[in-house]
Amino acid sequence: MPDAAGRRRSRYGRPLDLERGRVDMTHGSGGRAMAQLIEELFARAFDNDFLRQGNDGAVLALPPGRLVMATDCHVVSPLFFPGGDIGCLSVHGTINDVAVMGAVPLYLAAGFVLEEGFPLADLARIVASMAAASREAGVPVVTGDTKVVEQGKGDGVFVTTTGVGVVREGVDVRGDRARPGDRVLVSGTLGDHGVAIMSLRENLAFETTIRSDTAALHGLVGAMLDAVPGLRVLRDPTRGGLATTLNEIARQSRCGLVLDEAAIPVRPEVEAACELLGLDALYVANEGKLVAICAPEDARALLAAMRAHPLGERAAIVGEVIEDPHQFVQMDTRFGGRRVVDWLTGEQLPRIC
Amino acid sequence: MKYIDEFRDGATARTLAAAIAREVRPERRYHLMEFCGGHTHAISRYGLADLLPGSVEMVHGPGCPVCVLPIGRIDNAIELARDRGVVLCTYADTMRVPASEGLSLMKAKARGADVRMIYSCADALRIARDEPRREVVFFAIGFETTTPPTALAILEARRTGLANFSVFCNHVLTPAAITHILESPEVRDLGIVPLDGFIGPAHVSTVIGSQPYEYFAEEYRKPVVIAGFEPLDVMQAILMLVRQVNEGRAEVENEFTRAVTREGNAKAKGLVAEVFELRRSFEWRGLGEVPYSALAIKSAYADLDAERRYGIAYRPVPDHKACECGAILRGVKRPADCKVFGTACTPENPLGSCMVSSEGACAAHYAYGRFRSATPGERSHA
Amino acid sequence: MCLALPARIVELTGPETARIDLSGVRKEISIALVDDVAVGDYVIVHVGYALTKLDRDEAQRTLELFASAGLGPEAAA
Repeated sequence: MPDAAGRRRSRYGRPLDLERGRVDMTHGSGGRAMAQLIEELFARAFDNDFLRQGNDGAVLALPPGRLVMATDCHVVSPLFFPGGDIGCLSVHGTINDVAVMGAVPLYLAAGFVLEEGFPLADLARIVASMAAASREAGVPVVTGDTKVVEQGKGDGVFVTTTGVGVVREGVDVRGDRARPGDRVLVSGTLGDHGVAIMSLRENLAFETTIRSDTAALHGLVGAMLDAVPGLRVLRDPTRGGLATTLNEIARQSRCGLVLDEAAIPVRPEVEAACELLGLDALYVANEGKLVAICAPEDARALLAAMRAHPLGERAAIVGEVIEDPHQFVQMDTRFGGRRVVDWLTGEQLPRIC
Repeated sequence: MKYIDEFRDGATARTLAAAIAREVRPERRYHLMEFCGGHTHAISRYGLADLLPGSVEMVHGPGCPVCVLPIGRIDNAIELARDRGVVLCTYADTMRVPASEGLSLMKAKARGADVRMIYSCADALRIARDEPRREVVFFAIGFETTTPPTALAILEARRTGLANFSVFCNHVLTPAAITHILESPEVRDLGIVPLDGFIGPAHVSTVIGSQPYEYFAEEYRKPVVIAGFEPLDVMQAILMLVRQVNEGRAEVENEFTRAVTREGNAKAKGLVAEVFELRRSFEWRGLGEVPYSALAIKSAYADLDAERRYGIAYRPVPDHKACECGAILRGVKRPADCKVFGTACTPENPLGSCMVSSEGACAAHYAYGRFRSATPGERSHA
Repeated sequence: MCLALPARIVELTGPETARIDLSGVRKEISIALVDDVAVGDYVIVHVGYALTKLDRDEAQRTLELFASAGLGPEAAA
């Protein structure tokens, strides 16, 4: 309830100074300062029945079905980037991890490791972004934790999110289900997130209108499973990009893959940025895209369902699963030759040579 | 992307492939060396080998400045960062090259050395200006393409009186390396390399021009075709080389006319001559000591020369005993001929220079060619 | 080696700097190594420096050369 001066009254005496305040060690020590941070910043932003109860955990009602749980640690730097921030990224990331298991995401938990000295204004911005993402996705943050580490021992803030969901009956989406003849689809343009991040990295700065594609994909997945309940494989190509994800699937399913380079959607700006830095867009991170593998007879219906959804407008069939004892991921280049798309050797670095 | 996409057109590729197939003489093979790592990368990335007839074999040359950088020089760079506390600015290419004691610049950074990845040497100057209390060293590598920017950085530092900046110079020269391949005693001992011609580097040539290659063509009777960076450029250059070989010609031809002239970039060459001088000899990983193949900073700019400023002592480090990089860089052996290829020596754990950078012959074969050899009935060119 | 790309000059930002555009990606680079650069020119860019101007007539001629490859060596001469 705001007081005469329009400020919210705090039962901790002075309210949190979200403009100029900074995280300090007392915020993680379990005392009043920590309780205030949790109540006035976190709980107020996420605000739901679970959090209002003020318990250490949340008692959840689960609909019938198989339980899926997934967790993600987020250490992205910079914390704020075109199209998003570590906050919404952490919500989308875990929702997507649950969704690609073929499950409907239901609840989230969030853990924060804060670095001493981190501005509360930035923390408030991140938490507000998380709360907005959570509300928009319809997946509440029902419990959480926060700790503080000494200055120099963190990167501002690290966020860990855990999500649970339930797989509907008849859905069996796993990395080892790809079969020769299956079709490989992607839900949209590749490389947007990685390029958006890189454009802010000191010493690599370039000007671009590319924004991170970070998004919650459970709605898209729902539409896809409605159209093709027998969908075989789903995965989100985050770190390491499409190439890494497909190599993982090839290994799990013990088969090979052949891609058609001309069919893979990449924005011209992303392609240009990759050329400038000597990067391959196939290995650049995505945070709002899916890879799907389905039986050949289901490909058209799946593509149609994806394209009908706002997050799948640029979906495309990009390849095919084949018999291959070597489990290579190959690509027919636009140029006409064929090459292998191998595992990444560590993180892709820009090059001058 | 204009002036890029047109040079990657698949339909035109097929026309050129057909022309090459038509013009190769059935009774002979053509061993063509693409000197430049960028060309090696293009050949791999676009699967060019699929479009060439079996009688044309591409031999990967030593034009990869990271691959030929001796371990001892990386040790020196790590020393500067770790023991002398400088801010070491480097292009990303060198970060993962394994050096002595199981270290690399990346690992040294993880252990607290202030190693910073930059895109341009101008960034190193900026860091020196922004942090006047720190000593900043730019780890300069590269062939003639990359040398003029370094020259500009040194001149800029001198002009603005930047006192905390210096350059650790490892710039190397293309013509010297080609000469060495063609004439060094070791090459003669190992057996004459049956090289029929060279694809000359694209961007090095924009700086040095086509003129320096006329020496090889005349002296060694080997044709040279300078090729642009895109796959169609490479194919056209291969066609031009095949024609020269068929006609018994040994000339310098320029396919990359849109960016290369006979004289090159006089302004850039002048700036380089202002700042650098030839080293009498320089060790190239895999090739040994190569005379007049590298540059050092002139004494007029001694304060900007990290080697003199920090009294850097170079200690040569031999390659692994089983490593065949030397023979591979000279085109005498292929990656698959090396006993440790793909086993002890992999891109994650490179033992020799050819595996270190993504354009090294072994790394390129590992990434792109390995599967071709594994597939029965396919030719192995990579 | 030497990853370099042709890019279009969209702005001259200083006596020795310019802004280039490559499919909508823009970056400020040095043009200290090349004389007489104008907006609209294409330059070859390497590690943040323009190395040379791209000769657009020669580029066109090269593309035509590729196309004529099918006609045999005499036609290409």
